Amino acid sequence: MLSTFLSQVVNGLILGSLIGLIALGYTMVYGIIQLINFAHGEIFMVGSYGGLAMFTYLLPTAIQNQWWFALPLLLIAGAAIAVVVAVLMERFAYRPLRNAPRLAPLITALGVSVALQEAVRVFYPNATAAVPFPKVFVEGTLAIPIGDGIVPIRYTGMLIIVVSLLLAFALNTFVNNSRMGRAMRATSQDRDVARLMGINPDRVIVLTFVLGAALAGVAGILYGADLGLININIGLQNGLFAFTAAVLGGIGNIKGAVAGGLVIGLVKTLGGQYLPGGTPYDYVWIFVVLIAVLVFRPQGFFGETERVRA
Amino acid sequence: MSFLQVTDLTVAYGAIQAVRGVTFSVERGQIVSLIGSNGAGKTTTLRTISGLLRPVAGTVLLDGKPIHALPAHEILGLGVAHSPEGRRLFARMTVEENLRLGAYTRSDEPGILADLDRVYDLFPVLGERRRNKAGLFSGGEQQMLAIGRALMSRPKLLMLDEPSMGLSPIMTQKIFSTVRELRSEGTTVLLVEQNALAALALSDHAYVIDLGRTTLSGTGHELLADPRVQEAYLGEGVAN
Repeated sequence: MLSTFLSQVVNGLILGSLIGLIALGYTMVYGIIQLINFAHGEIFMVGSYGGLAMFTYLLPTAIQNQWWFALPLLLIAGAAIAVVVAVLMERFAYRPLRNAPRLAPLITALGVSVALQEAVRVFYPNATAAVPFPKVFVEGTLAIPIGDGIVPIRYTGMLIIVVSLLLAFALNTFVNNSRMGRAMRATSQDRDVARLMGINPDRVIVLTFVLGAALAGVAGILYGADLGLININIGLQNGLFAFTAAVLGGIGNIKGAVAGGLVIGLVKTLGGQYLPGGTPYDYVWIFVVLIAVLVFRPQGFFGETERVRA
Repeated sequence: MSFLQVTDLTVAYGAIQAVRGVTFSVERGQIVSLIGSNGAGKTTTLRTISGLLRPVAGTVLLDGKPIHALPAHEILGLGVAHSPEGRRLFARMTVEENLRLGAYTRSDEPGILADLDRVYDLFPVLGERRRNKAGLFSGGEQQMLAIGRALMSRPKLLMLDEPSMGLSPIMTQKIFSTVRELRSEGTTVLLVEQNALAALALSDHAYVIDLGRTTLSGTGHELLADPRVQEAYLGEGVAN
């Protein structure tokens, strides 16, 4: 039925834009320092828990129900906590390994993920069990009658799509048109020559982590607000999807990360609906698509075949 | 006091000393060349002056102040621009983006626009194709862009590493006449060249670097006339 199809398309776009938002952090950090920052999924998780903690302990109960007030505060808090953690991670875990063989920071990233999960567990001891996330946006769905059925769209889902695409657009504009964005691209293409232009690579690298973490923090809040439940494993799961999205789109490419996220969202929901096995197998189709892309177009949708390295 | 004074410079890649005792000076407003065979340590010397490499020993003084411990991005701020060997353009960026990166540390937008126009006057082909990706250009055009990019920081000292590499004789001549023009505008130029004949003819002063050491020095014409230089470095050049 058309309405079923469209419902799954809507669900896919919601999930996909969220994944795309997280994927931006993977792709930017890779673009600058050729590191797959496997801890990035945990930055998303930390942002989510950070927002929850802020809501629980700092926000006066009187305004907890005022979504137009609570939501922006939560988004800022989630982004801020994610940024602080990411800056510390870059400074103390990755920067000392800047000139080490590439395997060293990769393994460090895995270590950082575990450390971040356990750090959250200090404050939320039962964190593998789901904790309720505050409803900080309009609840309910908009039901659109199509043909002989109904396509429901969650208001929180609309929020995710609008916020994610706006942020991705803003990031793309920043990277392509601003002076700092130009410095980021220069550092990504040839770090030594970027230094000869007067660019301080350390500052560019920190900025890259900051931008990626802020987006992941926002994604953490949106995710909680949409599902109403979070647990400590959301970083691992969504981080893996987001990493796959970045690879699909062509790692290092901003538009590619968003496109890869949307493809993954659609493959997951439509695959779960129409392919044999149903929802329990929907993860499988994501990785089938990943493998197919890696076989036929290893550089991803938007990736460049030649990469200029520093 | 010389504008640039390099003294007993020693630079190593791991256990290998690429430069071991390079000493030379550059006076304000001069064109100075470093000539020598492949692997003599010329490029390493430039990369050390611009801060990409750290010397093991020796000093680099700019206007009397030591700069050999500063990071590269700060050395550019002191007025030293380095157009590296092999041009090293940002191939996936446009001509104009490359030039604007050359002016990265500046914030005087009117001045930047004026200097963009100046580079486009100097190299009209760049102006015509300012929105094209740098990677699509020919070797000579890329060299023009590399020099233009280095000029965009308004350097007091412009270091050019092998600007004639891979260029046709006509293009080489054009690049060298541009260098002469830049000197007349007051820019000091430190040139590294394998094309010793062309470099010496252009230079106020020159140094021969051999096996990581400065071995000979003199005015460009003195070295051109020196039998040791003729034998070692000009054989091919004179034949042409």
